[in-house]
Amino acid sequence: MGELRAYAALAGAQARSVFSYRASFLIELFSNVGATVFDVLSVLVLFRATDRVGGFTLPEALLMTSITSAGFALADFTVGNVDRLKVYVRAGTLDAVLVRPLGALPQLLLMDLPIRKLLRVVFGFGVLAVALRMNHIDWTPARVLLITVAPIAAAVFLSSIFVLSASLAFWWVDSGELGSAFTYGGRDFTSYPITVYGPLFRGLFAYALGFAFVSYQPALALLGRPDPLGLPAWAGFAAPFVACAAAVVAAVVWRTGIRHYRSTGS
Amino acid sequence: MIRTNELRKDFTVRVKSGRFRREKRVVEAVAGVTLSIEPGEMVGYIGPNGAGKSTTLKMLTGVLTPSGGDVEVCGLRPVPQRTKLALNIGVVFGQRSQLWWDLPLHESFALLRHIYRVPAAEHAARLRRCRDLLDLDDFLDIPVRQLSLGQRMRGELTAALLHGPRVLFLDEPTIGLDVVSKQAVRSFLAELGATGDVTLVLTTHDLADIERLCERLVVIDHGRVVHDGTIDALHTRYGSRRSLVADLADPLPDGFVLPGATLVGVEADRHRVTFALDGVTAGVAVAGLVAAVSIRDLSVVEPDIEDVVARLYASTDAP
Repeated sequence: MGELRAYAALAGAQARSVFSYRASFLIELFSNVGATVFDVLSVLVLFRATDRVGGFTLPEALLMTSITSAGFALADFTVGNVDRLKVYVRAGTLDAVLVRPLGALPQLLLMDLPIRKLLRVVFGFGVLAVALRMNHIDWTPARVLLITVAPIAAAVFLSSIFVLSASLAFWWVDSGELGSAFTYGGRDFTSYPITVYGPLFRGLFAYALGFAFVSYQPALALLGRPDPLGLPAWAGFAAPFVACAAAVVAAVVWRTGIRHYRSTGS
Repeated sequence: MIRTNELRKDFTVRVKSGRFRREKRVVEAVAGVTLSIEPGEMVGYIGPNGAGKSTTLKMLTGVLTPSGGDVEVCGLRPVPQRTKLALNIGVVFGQRSQLWWDLPLHESFALLRHIYRVPAAEHAARLRRCRDLLDLDDFLDIPVRQLSLGQRMRGELTAALLHGPRVLFLDEPTIGLDVVSKQAVRSFLAELGATGDVTLVLTTHDLADIERLCERLVVIDHGRVVHDGTIDALHTRYGSRRSLVADLADPLPDGFVLPGATLVGVEADRHRVTFALDGVTAGVAVAGLVAAVSIRDLSVVEPDIEDVVARLYASTDAP
């Protein structure tokens, strides 16, 4: 309980810090929406050229895109800043965090909470609502449950990818933008029906790394469409479990990384 | 309070050795440090740059995982029990801030109360004490980024003490401070140490810090402890002696011998002489000198700790 209050206080402090630069905050807040708008626009543009992509119509594809956008916006807002870890590792700032009686990861996230990205989350969920209206979904209790959980599961999954790629910095300070291939790459991958990708690439990203469960499988389950790639109907409901598994892996790697932390001279 | 046994930390560095090849090399930053510090002690931990001071401190505070050996602080193992230990220790890294850069100083203190879950009354009492002793009132409302280094350091000290730690670790707390701020920090720490409630471990390059604050001095070089004891013990061990400097009315006679002292310097046409005292008190030596020659002026010079430490670092140069 006391710990939760401590985390809340940290988040509040970050908000006040950000508001101390008011003008730049407002500019960033609105310019940030742009990024998410482009995700959706790129799907719309694609459908001007063809009316089916990978065997899916525009509303169906938009549903996949919007589950990803909502989940990614949420993950990027809460956990995305973990990619600054490499800066902290290089500068040794992590020391100050490690001598406090709180978890290192939550502290880092809250101390850097990018409030400017808040509107992206709102926009992401807005598009998701529109996409749900555009499709004629046969609502059953299971599907209602799924649509509440799916964006959160997507966010948990993508957050785990953020943490995993940031943890590289513990071993390899010059990890640079390698992690972005999986975070932003993962977002772009899951924005389209995975049927559009070649089998090798798809096998790696969708199944070996689990990205199929971010938006493609849940969207199929919501639409009641059989998977053209042959996975059974319940696969859509596996998304939360895949997300939990990813979170466990991320937590283990993070913990190992912290033990591996080398700090810097004086 | 603090116990280490053969504590070690190795770092692997990769050194370029050829166009594409890199060679792995293991550097022993701390190579077997055994220490035992009792509650209420004030210990100065010194050594040249790269000797392993900060690395030791980081292992004691749970920031770094040791490569070998045992370490225990407040009865806890620092890395596995990091968050529990954090409630019992205070840490000031002279070159890293614990404060919130963009917020007024008093907000950092309020946040730390939540982070350490300190009851409001206790927090207020400790803060009031620090405000009085460190004169914080003038700049409590100023964002930390606008504070001077001296003001910020006083803020850092307060931040490290608000949860009533049993051990306070200070990594170069006076680095970069002006004389007045140094004095303020030192007298605050002296007062804190005098209460006996806090065990204090301090690393520094400014030996005046040590002379003023620490009874016990631990000197580390190349990752090993080369001296552990009082400052006096260090002087005895390295043969540094007090000396007697006298200005004479007449030139010093040839072949003059002062019992219990050695003539080490003659200047100004034999009018100024320096004797090193070999175990006799200054009183006895002065009496002996006054009886033999007529004296204009006289002073007793304490051995300089800087000299001793410089000699100590030089003598341990090769690992």
